[in-house]
Amino acid sequence: MNLLSLFVAIPLLMLLGLWLSREMNQIRAVMVTGASLLLALSFGLLAAYLGERAAGNTAEMLFMADTVWFAPLNIHYAVGVDGISVAMLLLSSLIVFTGVFASWKINPLPKEFFLWFCLLATGVYGFFISIDLFTMFMFYEIALIPMFLLIGIWGTGRKEYAAMKLTLMLMGGSALLLVGILGIYFNSGADGQHTMNLLEIAQAGLPLGAQRLFFPLTFIGFGVLGALFPFHTWSPDGHASAPTAVSMLHAGVLMKLGGYGCFRVAIYLMPEAAQELSWIFLILTGISVVYGAFSACVQTDLKYINAYSSVSHCGLVLFAILMLNQTAMTGAVLQMLSHGLMTALFFALIGMIYGRTHTRDIREMGGLMKIMPFLGVGYVIAGLASLGLPGLSGFVAEMTVFVGSFEHSDTFHRVLTLVATTSIVITAVYILRVVGKLLYGTVQNPQHLTLNDATWFERISVVTLIIAIAAIGMAPFWISNMIHGSLWPVIEQLTK
Amino acid sequence: MDFTNFLHMKEELSLIAVMVILLLYDVFGSTRSQRHFQLIACILFGLHTIINILPHEASEAFGGMYVYKPMLTIVKSILNIGTLIVFMQAHTWLESEKTVIRRGEFYFLTLSTLLGMYFMMSAGNFLLFFIGLETASIPMAALAAFDKYKRKSAEAGAKYILSAVFASALSLYGISLIYGTTGTLYFDDVASKVTGNPLQIMAFVFFVVGMFFKISLVPFHLWTADVYEGAPTSVTSYLSVISKGSAVFVLMTLLMKVFPNIATEWKAILYGITIVTITIANLFAIRQKNLKRFLAFSSISQAGYIMLGVISANALGMTSLVYYVLVYMASNLGAFGVISVIEQKTGKVMMDDYNGLYKTHPYLSMAMTFSLFSLAGIPPFAGFFSKFFIFAAAASQGYYLLVLIALLNTVISLYYYLLVVKAMFINPSDEPLAPFRSDNYTRISLVVCIAGVLLLGIFSVIYQQISLFSFGM
Repeated sequence: MNLLSLFVAIPLLMLLGLWLSREMNQIRAVMVTGASLLLALSFGLLAAYLGERAAGNTAEMLFMADTVWFAPLNIHYAVGVDGISVAMLLLSSLIVFTGVFASWKINPLPKEFFLWFCLLATGVYGFFISIDLFTMFMFYEIALIPMFLLIGIWGTGRKEYAAMKLTLMLMGGSALLLVGILGIYFNSGADGQHTMNLLEIAQAGLPLGAQRLFFPLTFIGFGVLGALFPFHTWSPDGHASAPTAVSMLHAGVLMKLGGYGCFRVAIYLMPEAAQELSWIFLILTGISVVYGAFSACVQTDLKYINAYSSVSHCGLVLFAILMLNQTAMTGAVLQMLSHGLMTALFFALIGMIYGRTHTRDIREMGGLMKIMPFLGVGYVIAGLASLGLPGLSGFVAEMTVFVGSFEHSDTFHRVLTLVATTSIVITAVYILRVVGKLLYGTVQNPQHLTLNDATWFERISVVTLIIAIAAIGMAPFWISNMIHGSLWPVIEQLTK
Repeated sequence: MDFTNFLHMKEELSLIAVMVILLLYDVFGSTRSQRHFQLIACILFGLHTIINILPHEASEAFGGMYVYKPMLTIVKSILNIGTLIVFMQAHTWLESEKTVIRRGEFYFLTLSTLLGMYFMMSAGNFLLFFIGLETASIPMAALAAFDKYKRKSAEAGAKYILSAVFASALSLYGISLIYGTTGTLYFDDVASKVTGNPLQIMAFVFFVVGMFFKISLVPFHLWTADVYEGAPTSVTSYLSVISKGSAVFVLMTLLMKVFPNIATEWKAILYGITIVTITIANLFAIRQKNLKRFLAFSSISQAGYIMLGVISANALGMTSLVYYVLVYMASNLGAFGVISVIEQKTGKVMMDDYNGLYKTHPYLSMAMTFSLFSLAGIPPFAGFFSKFFIFAAAASQGYYLLVLIALLNTVISLYYYLLVVKAMFINPSDEPLAPFRSDNYTRISLVVCIAGVLLLGIFSVIYQQISLFSFGM
């Protein structure tokens, strides 16, 4: 079997294992084994990928495999990865791994929880390895639907409302996306033989008329998942109501599907339309960036703060992609990685704090640093990464994004860049406000004094994420070179 | 008369044999031996399905009155399998005290309608087509009124017969006008003589409205919800799957074979009808609390999606349509199977009764969830693939706007399907339905349906087989 197909096969085997499990320990064993295997596989893939590149393999996609699936429509099960997908797979594995530990004591119905969790993971992995539009879209939708039950059953607060809103909005996005995909498909192929293969479509190019029609559909379709303003409203409610591990996976990985899809499908396949229409979406993403940050400033619920911060940071991803140059796009992918890791860390910590204090309202908490120093330090690190402290991943990503977007010398891009950079300051405001209120100051509730610090399984999840954030922050070049080196096909498309 | 003509009608003959055997057995079989009536009926019909599953050479009989194409075997086999599943799901109901003495009639009536559909599909002439249409309609009214001691069932029968007869009359009027303007009733001859003059368009409209009644497209759908609600659940599932499936197939072949010259006109009609059907049905489905009414509106909207395949009028559309019917059959019968067994064991059919179902009936809830997800078009269930292909068929002819509207409607439909899922998994309930043991027939039928829902999509060989035959149409 192809190396990449293992990424789909392992979660499916985990599903089977879960189905056969009878008690909690078996379920945990299945999940930990599977998640560790996936993590090991991702690192193995990273090593293999870097090895191939070092050996001088300059193919666009590596480890390709191609099986005809629906012959009459020329639909294939086609997989392949470049540096960007490798980075995304690594991110997914890290978050699935930590997510398992973060939901160690999930209750009720642990088996069902992990069943849906694995199905979600299957969709995510499948999406990142696919290079066939049909397969890609299928995995995309597989990743969406488990959210409904995960939030609806195990969530908190207004969970039913949030679950329904999230599912319907994302499905609405995928409805637009499907029209876009069908449009791309029926306009592809010069000799009348239509194809779903991304590389073949890009090579032959699409007619400009079709690009103008289907670029907005595809971009908005993916953009809904990437929290593009004004289609972001599912995100705060959804994240706030979801159980910890689901928030982590959703904000950490699933929202990246949107950015990755915009990049891989919308811009790569329709470069001319992207150049023509990017200004509209640049304005929208600019609004996302600033509006998300401002909204985060006035929230009092920890999860809402973080959810709006995600809107702002994911907006920055799309913003950078739309700058359409190599530096900014490298920054976009770095930002996806960085945001994925730190938001997962945030949600994990919030889940752990909530599990102890039973409130997420910052006005009812204070002085937690002394009570639970481990969680407190973790929160500070996540916060510093989020506001872009040098040495952590956020700085590397945002720096690259803004350097890239400043490469445009016209007024429009300059102004937008300036507006977007203000988000750094606003981010600092809301992060420091929360840190100050939550961790320092006086203890608001005497009952909090008796709370325990993190348990061993919580520590595993927190430490893993912090190591990853610091690794990107301290030694960014190995990963940014890998991403940078994989962008040439897109840049070639844009400049041809 | 050349009696070898009859040999071309293998499927019809073997079906008639099954009907006659069952009828005689019902009348003359001893009471003791009749305990196994259900089993024997299923085995006999299963045999009929198996011996007719392989396509043979294309042929004609009775001077072109009866036409056989290999594709028909595929469609008839799909209908056969669906009918078999309906028979198995009907077990609990047929064994109940008030129905048991009349179960022979149930089989005879159901198979009569199936025979009518066979003729409808194989017809090469409007007369045989009309006979088929009537044979498929009239016994159906008797079936709808099968629980005659229930007011609603009797009402359903009356409503069905009135609207069916009205629709048939319209169709017949259309056919007579077609005969008047073309001078022939053979499909091939009519096709070449349809020129698109106003009288012919009018004839066509009358004719096709009759078909729309059968398929229950908006605005000809008003009988659907009441009949579905009142009729016994097994009859409802038969009506929504088998009857509808055959009718859409016939509609598409007729439009493509007989009326290619006025394609622009009927495409325009279908375009409007499709949008209205999908939208109205979805909006009405949201408000339904009774699950049978709910599935009635859901099936109207599904018929609307199928029209996307019809409107494309190409081989891709034909393949997608047949594949859609197959997948829809598996999904809808899965959902109806669950509703049917719960209704028989507890008498509950309202959505609120399903609150907390997962606690007491995890497997039934899962079966229902998978079926509904498949109906909503969620991967990896088969419904995703069938929806994708039917949308692709419409998009291949450039109907992007129509596809977009249909897709936005799938979001609405997802909402109401999720309401049921929510009831089963999320809504709390003080007294969820008490656990019960479902009988083996129901279990097997549900396993078959769920296997279909899970595998029909991923195993592309089925789609490819259908595609192989549809290009010959």
